[in-house]
Amino acid sequence: MTTVEAPRATERRQPVKPKPMQEYIEVFGNLPDEKQGRHFRYCPGCGLGIAQSAIVRAWDRIGLDPEKVVTVGGSGCYAVMGSYLTASQAHMGHGRACAMATAIKMSDPELTVITLQGDGDGMAIGAQHFVHAARRNIDITVVIFNNFVYGETGGQHGPTTPRTTMTQTSPYGMVENEFDIVNMALGAGAGYAARTTVFHAQHMVRAIEGAIRHKGFSVVEILQNCHELWGKRNGMPKATDMLAWYRDNSVTSAQAAKLEPEDVLGKFVIGTWTAPDRPEMSEEWQKLVARVQAGEVEPSKGASSKPPALQ
Amino acid sequence: MDHSLLERLQLSPDGIQIANRRLIQGNEAICEGAIAAGVHFYAGYPITPCTEIAEQMSIRQPQVGGVYLQMEDEVGSINAVMGASLTGKKAMTATAGPGISLMQDGIGWTQTDEIPSLIVNVQRAGPGLGNATRSGQMDVMQARWGPNGDREAVVLAPSSVEEAFWLTLKSVNLSERLRMGVIMLTEGLLGLMREVIDLPDFSTVPIEDRITPESHPDAGQYDGSRTEIRPFASFGTGYRSINGAWQPPGQVSNYYAGSGLSGLDAQDYNIRRLHDKVLSRRDELTFTESSETEDAEVLLIAFGTQARVARFAKDELRRQGVKAGLLRLVTLFPFPEEIVRAAAANAKQVIVPEMNLGQIRGEVSRALRMHDAEIVGVNHVDSTYIEPDEIISMVPAAARRQREGAAV
Repeated sequence: MTTVEAPRATERRQPVKPKPMQEYIEVFGNLPDEKQGRHFRYCPGCGLGIAQSAIVRAWDRIGLDPEKVVTVGGSGCYAVMGSYLTASQAHMGHGRACAMATAIKMSDPELTVITLQGDGDGMAIGAQHFVHAARRNIDITVVIFNNFVYGETGGQHGPTTPRTTMTQTSPYGMVENEFDIVNMALGAGAGYAARTTVFHAQHMVRAIEGAIRHKGFSVVEILQNCHELWGKRNGMPKATDMLAWYRDNSVTSAQAAKLEPEDVLGKFVIGTWTAPDRPEMSEEWQKLVARVQAGEVEPSKGASSKPPALQ
Repeated sequence: MDHSLLERLQLSPDGIQIANRRLIQGNEAICEGAIAAGVHFYAGYPITPCTEIAEQMSIRQPQVGGVYLQMEDEVGSINAVMGASLTGKKAMTATAGPGISLMQDGIGWTQTDEIPSLIVNVQRAGPGLGNATRSGQMDVMQARWGPNGDREAVVLAPSSVEEAFWLTLKSVNLSERLRMGVIMLTEGLLGLMREVIDLPDFSTVPIEDRITPESHPDAGQYDGSRTEIRPFASFGTGYRSINGAWQPPGQVSNYYAGSGLSGLDAQDYNIRRLHDKVLSRRDELTFTESSETEDAEVLLIAFGTQARVARFAKDELRRQGVKAGLLRLVTLFPFPEEIVRAAAANAKQVIVPEMNLGQIRGEVSRALRMHDAEIVGVNHVDSTYIEPDEIISMVPAAARRQREGAAV
């Protein structure tokens, strides 16, 4: 059995060069109508545009070949993002991205597989696939755009909605507790988890780059502004209001470590956490196939006299 | 090797070499048929009575260089199957009972997003949790209409272990040819039953692969007809693929290309295209077995294991001088209406024995709505199998004889 060490920050400080990412951005989109397809469908000021930009900057820094990248998405405002990227895309059922991405990676381990998911997609309807992909430590990167609400359906509360805040279906204030995505991922077996916000654009690029470079299951939670559906109900009607809110209420993991726990309450702790390496599933499977095909191992016949040596 | 069985499934026996003769279980025959067809990815969740498929696949897939993935639930399983298929693997899953209900969303995706895959339902008795260790035939209409929306389904049902092997291979071939999920509806009884079959040398069986942009003469240029099957661009093969559709960067979506349509017209076109794609190929996917139907005044229509019971009943009726015939359906959907009508041309009575309360009988009634024949069912929902006598007693002349025999 392995024990997971306390999370530690491993941030790197490298400047991000601005550069047009034509290699990775597909402006036409996957829409039936040419006229409709010529613009991005995000709301004006939506943080998804900044997040998309950070994703392609991270790809550029790694030098990914778009032919060998697959994004997997489901339902939500972010779901159109895959069609604005030149990589291949699976745009399938709501919440199923981690299950599908696991199979894609197992079928072709040479692919870079990145899921694009919302907080509802990844943490509510798709939570079981998320934790099991983390448990398997399959080498995929999960990017979760956390805007606290179901945006595409009009702003209902979700599994990450902060307690007491107003949404379309928590008109008296949210009474449920919210998920901590980073801790959930680390607890389920992820080797890399990061939290960032759309205000911290350069940190976001580094967090995504680190996640894709990490061999094994990795997660990046991007706190994203939905001023239209969440901000308006909570005193921040403009995009800039919410960006300023993220700026003023975020602390780095290094800063948080020096603060008293009660001072961290109500703050967004941004940073990168890693856990000790565990076997990665697609690689382990390939090793197993090689051993079986070489005749080195026989299937268990049911009865054995040897107790297992747990690893 | 039963040549008539292969010919019925439109598989050419030419060149197929027998490797060995084995006593094999129905569920194991499905695994072997799938591997023979080139299935190198299995995802599933354990459920009775199909666990032998998972067990066997967990042994066999590493041997053939494939992937066995035990998912966290059936929803994950069907989505994993789609992910593997989108990456170019022939992929399948198997489940039963409530598991197939959980998969309906994904099955709908395989049909509407045209993702080749094989879904095996080893039917147990339902509904709900049902009776896990008992066999059933209750998921017939669910197989046709389970997922949301209007779309065609291809549903095939074997009635012997040997047929399970070849029909699995055929189902995979059809899923590749038609670019869609194909459902094989088998039964707990057949899954656990053992029969002796000739297993072929897998390198000699006829297998089919989906058309790819390379193998398609006008790659990416769709003709806009409603019957075309479009090339499948797998992930990682150098094409920008959106759910298997090749979409070169810098071009507006060619999802509806050729139709010249947009918006709701495009939606209309696409739903009708998916419908016509299947129905225009009925000849390629309709498999039935007729026995003495030409002059049949009493026609039995059955499928799966209960067709084996019906064959006894038919033979006994003939022995008694009743002109009885049997039409066994291998293809359940698209429902072979024309064949049912032809077989029932002389029938005064049509008997449909099945282990549900009349799901196939409903389809038969629809096919024979302009017909005068009396349509009756013999229905079991207590998980016991139908007895030939129960079928025979539905025929008035034979029933009279049964009563008189009892009186004597």
